[in-house]
Amino acid sequence: MSNHLLSLLIWLPVVGAIPVLLAGAGRPGLARWISLLVAVATFAASLALLPAYDAATGTLQLGESLSWIPSLGINYSLAVDGISVALIILTTFVQILVIVGAWEIIQNKPHQYMAAMLVLEGLMIGVFCATDALLFYVFFEAMLIPMFILIGIWGGPRRVYATLKFFIYTFFGSIFMLVGLIYLYHKTGGSFAIADMANVHLTLTEQAWLFFAFLLGFAIKVPMVPVHTWLPDAHVEAPTGGSVVLAAVMLKIGGYGFLRFSLPITPDASHEFAWLVIVLSLIAVCYIGYIALVQQDMKKLVAYSSIAHMGFVTLGIFIAFLLVRDSNNPDAARLGMQGAMVQMISHGFISGAMFTCIGVLYDRMHTRQIKDYGGVINVMPIFAPFYVLFAMANSGLPGTSGFVGEFMVILASFSANPWIALFGAFTLIIGAAYTLWMVKRVLWGDIKNKHVAELKDVNGREIFVLSAFAAGVLVLGIWPEPLVHLMDASVARIVEQLAITKV
Amino acid sequence: MPSINDILILLPEAYLVVAACVLLLLDAYLKPAQKGIVHWLSIVVLLVGAYLVVDGQPATPVTAFSGMFVRDGVSEVLKLFSLLIMAVIFVYARPYLKERAIPFGEFYTLSIFATVGIMFLVAAGSLVTVYLGLELLTLSSYALVALNRDSQLSSEAAIKYFVLGALASGMLLYGMSMVYGATHSLDLHTIHAAIVGTEWKTLLLFGLVFMIVGIGFKLGAAPFHMWIPDVYQGSPTAVTVFIGSAQKLAAFGMAYRLLSTGMGDIAGGATGLAPQWQMMLAVLAVLSLAIGNLVAIVQSNLKRLLAYSTISHMGYLLVGLVNAGPEGYSASMFYAVSYALTSAAAFGMILVLSRSGFECEEIDDLRGLNQRSPWFAFLMLLVMFSLAGVPPLFGFFGKLLVLKAAIDAGMLWLAIVGAVFAIIGLYYYLRVVKVMYFDTPVEGKDVQARSDAPARWVLSINALALLVLGFTWAPLLAWCQRAFAG
Repeated sequence: MSNHLLSLLIWLPVVGAIPVLLAGAGRPGLARWISLLVAVATFAASLALLPAYDAATGTLQLGESLSWIPSLGINYSLAVDGISVALIILTTFVQILVIVGAWEIIQNKPHQYMAAMLVLEGLMIGVFCATDALLFYVFFEAMLIPMFILIGIWGGPRRVYATLKFFIYTFFGSIFMLVGLIYLYHKTGGSFAIADMANVHLTLTEQAWLFFAFLLGFAIKVPMVPVHTWLPDAHVEAPTGGSVVLAAVMLKIGGYGFLRFSLPITPDASHEFAWLVIVLSLIAVCYIGYIALVQQDMKKLVAYSSIAHMGFVTLGIFIAFLLVRDSNNPDAARLGMQGAMVQMISHGFISGAMFTCIGVLYDRMHTRQIKDYGGVINVMPIFAPFYVLFAMANSGLPGTSGFVGEFMVILASFSANPWIALFGAFTLIIGAAYTLWMVKRVLWGDIKNKHVAELKDVNGREIFVLSAFAAGVLVLGIWPEPLVHLMDASVARIVEQLAITKV
Repeated sequence: MPSINDILILLPEAYLVVAACVLLLLDAYLKPAQKGIVHWLSIVVLLVGAYLVVDGQPATPVTAFSGMFVRDGVSEVLKLFSLLIMAVIFVYARPYLKERAIPFGEFYTLSIFATVGIMFLVAAGSLVTVYLGLELLTLSSYALVALNRDSQLSSEAAIKYFVLGALASGMLLYGMSMVYGATHSLDLHTIHAAIVGTEWKTLLLFGLVFMIVGIGFKLGAAPFHMWIPDVYQGSPTAVTVFIGSAQKLAAFGMAYRLLSTGMGDIAGGATGLAPQWQMMLAVLAVLSLAIGNLVAIVQSNLKRLLAYSTISHMGYLLVGLVNAGPEGYSASMFYAVSYALTSAAAFGMILVLSRSGFECEEIDDLRGLNQRSPWFAFLMLLVMFSLAGVPPLFGFFGKLLVLKAAIDAGMLWLAIVGAVFAIIGLYYYLRVVKVMYFDTPVEGKDVQARSDAPARWVLSINALALLVLGFTWAPLLAWCQRAFAG
């Protein structure tokens, strides 16, 4: 059993979607309960990773390998390191909240909604486990299908445009990655194993082409400026659950991809073009922050703030190259990379929570325009503190998880170049500006809209979801040590690899 | 003198010809109410044929009639899948033909004759057999397209198909005559040896160009694709599914026999005319990918959309063939099989959703299918994502293999072109999914799966196979590779 834990984690939700679908439209209650059961079981199974995984070494563990296509040397091989474990637990945790969050909200074909969510969960876990590049690609692409359906059926008025844009944009990025992977397969002499690809000798030109193929695939997923335009559309039109999963987990897959592919396979090209990624990250942090400031739509505001926060992830990953190779400061590199990872997990909680909050308001008012609100605290006294807490976390208040990762990345970039740190630190001002201003306009003040006056406060189910997110945000903010420890050795291994040149 | 052994090698073909004649006679003497028997009998005939193909398969390639007919691994795979797909098509076609009063017996007999044509074509060892198989296939197809003779569209399609088809056959024959003139042989192996040995290649090159026109026409590769949209749209859908699926296997077989066996490939260092036809095919591939995918975007008719999609898929098949080595052939054959299965399911869906007086032909007819029959909407979703090449569906792995074949042949640019057009192609497949899932149905156009149970069951199996084969395609690939090994 324990040596098939990863397979169990992937396939339990996928197979669990079948009874949910069979329960059918006629018995929505049954469908909901089955999906909750499956989600909870998957979460429980993912917790079993913690004792099974030895965080001290940081190697890829719990490996499984089956020959999938023997004649091409493609294997169904899975393994996890500390970073994957953290992301998998984040996924399974968020998934429960998404399913509880959609309980009464989704009335149109709830069984299909729940089933799509479960399939999506399994595929995302698959992405975090795969150690064979083709298997990774299969999960990476397959996960677009349920998301496409989720946005398209249950989304807002412009859902069709948004979901087509989402799918085609992402597919556009990854197909070039596929060509790159096939080229690498050709180079390794017939192996899709990521580890073999990391060992193969490549000239700088080859690395540069591959680096850009990977960059295209992962930068669209993260998303980085200038290929971020699908995200605001997708987020605004997606149903609440879709937005939560998209922001909390799917975006992380881009950052994860950089770690798994770009760094080990094209280290020299990554070093060569680290400045490009760093500049793009800083543009995301500063410029996209300003764009967030002027948004009229709450969801769009949070979507843009997601792009800005994900800028820290890419910044933390690529600043490590400057630190290791130019400043010869591996400790700072480790700090930056560690910060990027913490930021990924933390952003998963915060963005998920923010979108849930907006979903709560939207379900009552059917508008996301900030100007339609005002004075919400007067009628929703239980909801308001949650909203404020998540907003504070989003602007990076110390004591919340939002602070930890960003602080580590800024600290590390200071060792590389104070200017980078300066621009990165802008986020603390801009982030506070756009989030707190939104809080001011939505929560505080007098009630101007008569619909706001009729608002009902959150019910028990919503309190549960919000509390769970709040717990994540606070625990990670006050006591990040366990998470850091879980990922530390794995991050150290990645940083060590950065120094090794392949040319 | 042909010996009994020659006949035995030809047993599946001989059996099918006899069986088709028996079916024709039987149909003539049966009362209208009993015609259903012909339907089931012809399916049995095909399945027995498939059994004979596999059962009598020799361990090593053998030839009959002094090398005119080859029975090897390649022909086995192509014949088997042609027969199985034909059996599936017969199941889909029955309710459709019945409701439109299209002659039953003729449809089955002609289809079986066309299948025999496919079997000869893919097993050809000489130019004569290629031409013989091709004519048997296309003549039967012309008649099949015109089967619904009261329909103007159908007759128009048949005329177009016939005129252009005859022209292409003429080109092919002309090319063959030049090759014969230059090499003094009709036998493909002898031609190969002569080409490798000769320095004077001008006449051969002329012959090659004309033969490639014929092959391009049969594949439906641009710029020889003009007939495809009109014939696909005009034919009775029960015939379109045949042209769109099993015939692609035949076209691949023909291209392989003529180009690789006949004109030379890169295996063993003796290149023959391989470098020349590689470049020609690369041009055809790029044109097909571009024209097929770009024009498909603006189609509103589902059959026309699938027609342009076929053109682009033949582009991918050619990307694999350009490799001109065993690996490329096996990738292309894998692609042909995967495309044939997928397209059979796509047209099968149109057949199952149509009913008397209502052809489910327009993309808009599928509006809101998910609300009326979620199961069939899901199946169509599988088909569309398989055609688009999104993993984990079967179609993706075919694309993976042909792109890999191109990269292995040192044609990275071709793989990148293929990748770019995959993105463009994605759009129109997604549009079909969008219509089924995101739009609300139009009143009065309530598309529903008709109640013919066998057709619905077979369609379900066919479409689900696309998902299952996405996980278990290793044996099929190994089989394709074995066929070209050695």
